[in-house]
Amino acid sequence: MLSNLWRKIKKFFIFLKVGFVLASRDIRRTSVWTTGLITFVMMLTFLNLIVVRGILVGLIEGSIIANRDRMLGDVFIDPLSNKKYVDDTQAMVDFIWSLPETEAVSVRYTAGGRAEADYKDKVQREDITDSAGVIVAGIDPVAEDKATRLSEWVVDGEYLTPEDSDMVMVGSNILYRYTPIEDETIKTAAVGSRIRLLIGGAEKEVIIKGVVRTKAGGVDSRVFINSSQLREILGKQDLDANEIAIVLKSGADADGFKQVLVNNRFDSAGNIRTGAEALPKFVLDIQQTFNILGNVIGGIGLVVASITIFIVIFVNAITRRKYIGILKGIGVSGRAIELSYIIQSVVYAGGGIMAGMMVIYGLIKPYFDKNPIDFPFSDGILVADIPGVMLRAMVLFVATMIAGYIPARIVVKQNTLDAILGR
Amino acid sequence: MIKVKKLVKSFGSGENELIVLKGLDFQIKQGEFVAITGRSGSGKSTLLYQLGLLDRPKSGEVWLDGVELANSHKSLRTDFRLFNLGYIFQDYALIPTLTATENVMMPLLMQGKTFKFAEEIAAESLARVGLADKLKNLPSQLSGGQQQRVSIARAIAHSPKIVFADEPTANLDSEASENILDIFMELNKTGQTMVMVTHEPDYAALADRVITLSDGTIVADERGRKARKKVTQSRK
Repeated sequence: MLSNLWRKIKKFFIFLKVGFVLASRDIRRTSVWTTGLITFVMMLTFLNLIVVRGILVGLIEGSIIANRDRMLGDVFIDPLSNKKYVDDTQAMVDFIWSLPETEAVSVRYTAGGRAEADYKDKVQREDITDSAGVIVAGIDPVAEDKATRLSEWVVDGEYLTPEDSDMVMVGSNILYRYTPIEDETIKTAAVGSRIRLLIGGAEKEVIIKGVVRTKAGGVDSRVFINSSQLREILGKQDLDANEIAIVLKSGADADGFKQVLVNNRFDSAGNIRTGAEALPKFVLDIQQTFNILGNVIGGIGLVVASITIFIVIFVNAITRRKYIGILKGIGVSGRAIELSYIIQSVVYAGGGIMAGMMVIYGLIKPYFDKNPIDFPFSDGILVADIPGVMLRAMVLFVATMIAGYIPARIVVKQNTLDAILGR
Repeated sequence: MIKVKKLVKSFGSGENELIVLKGLDFQIKQGEFVAITGRSGSGKSTLLYQLGLLDRPKSGEVWLDGVELANSHKSLRTDFRLFNLGYIFQDYALIPTLTATENVMMPLLMQGKTFKFAEEIAAESLARVGLADKLKNLPSQLSGGQQQRVSIARAIAHSPKIVFADEPTANLDSEASENILDIFMELNKTGQTMVMVTHEPDYAALADRVITLSDGTIVADERGRKARKKVTQSRK
């Protein structure tokens, strides 16, 4: 039995050697243009497989990055479902700072309200004003900037300072000139305008100092004010906050950090989640949908590639049917001939994949990294992670091998004499 | 070396069945140069395909080197073809993407010989047929006669027990044809068993033995000398 296996292995290597000689000579002596064209088609297929999905996923990935980097941080804590605030915020923050992984912490107070622009022209209380529903976020501008680099996203005016009083920074989604949606945007306000904040029963006149546009929906719909001032408006005496965004040092593990907080029972004071877990559900849903969509489009590309290779190999094999017959006639095994066509398919696929990789990592990805696509809700990048790309390359490889094998098999299994005589 | 018993080959079935070989019986000894001749449609090529294991008969037996192969398993027939038989086809049947050397190397590589060894043997074989200076030429860069010589080199490179040639001179001019036949006779002198199908009585007469077919039956089986005499007489 062992000798039988050994004989089969030996035979396989002979088939491989003969197949390789036939394939290499075939490729070498076929027109360069034909080989180039087939390789080019394979490259386009590979790009279709990677780039279309990469942009679709990258589009939502940009939004995820924006939400995580500019709002949630690596670990995000908000109140438990039955609470309004994170209990004993100060003790929790002290503990967080005691951990070596902590890079920055932003403690935020939030309150729902309305921002009105033309409130001075209002005659009747019922008059419709130029206003929008907003979330007012009380922040420590320095801590916030350290955590989310919010100052980098100021598109008009200036960033808040701790000394600013009666000054706010508004998100771009609140102003019509940045987000031209008729309802729920303020049309007449700009930097320097005076607006009125209505929060619960309280009201406060403030001046717009700056506008931020981060492409994180949760940030761009907010009005930022110094936390001390918001607490004053709310009449809030304690320091219990609504949000704590924690940024960890590079390389630190968010899950591990979260676990430390849980182990120290802080999960009874607030809802502790990693940045990824705290992402809005719709973002995760869109990510999943785009992933499926990308895979469907990639799958269609794969089928097209397989059909292309099938046709190329079939035409090649059928036009050489006579020679295949002769090879079989002189004793060359059908398996060796089939292998020669599989090797040819692999060479075409390999060439296409290599060219595609060079285009992706040498051209397209660096370009998109430098020039993200300016979508309204995110900066679209190209997601082309190495494991994902390698997996798709493998899938294309296998599909191509099968697509090369089937037509070769069809032609090789025909009667030898009929093939030789062209019957 | 070759023993044929009650060999029948037909095409089609039922009312449309056409019997091409009608129960042939003959033997060919080792080292013989046998020409199979006959008019077009007499069944000579069909007989060669049965002897060369390229086709299966309807009934009967084909014994090659003591092994019955007409009714044996496909893999045994393939292996037997690879190690023991050589073929020369009418239209040379060279692979256009392979050089002369590579064409000759193919059966050797398939036998499991190393690339270097196969290359050396192929070069020797090509030198034997006078193509030592055309080793790297593709078939398209060779004349018809040269291509047929490559085909002969391929047929003999692996030292087969029997060489089959199907109308090897049909596509060649008389000078190239004579050249090919000279090679055949040289090969035969070294003890090579050869079976050649030809419709040319002049060329058939050069063989040791001439089997003449007509309508699927053997109508003559004579020594080459006798056949040569007949050819000469018919010319007079």
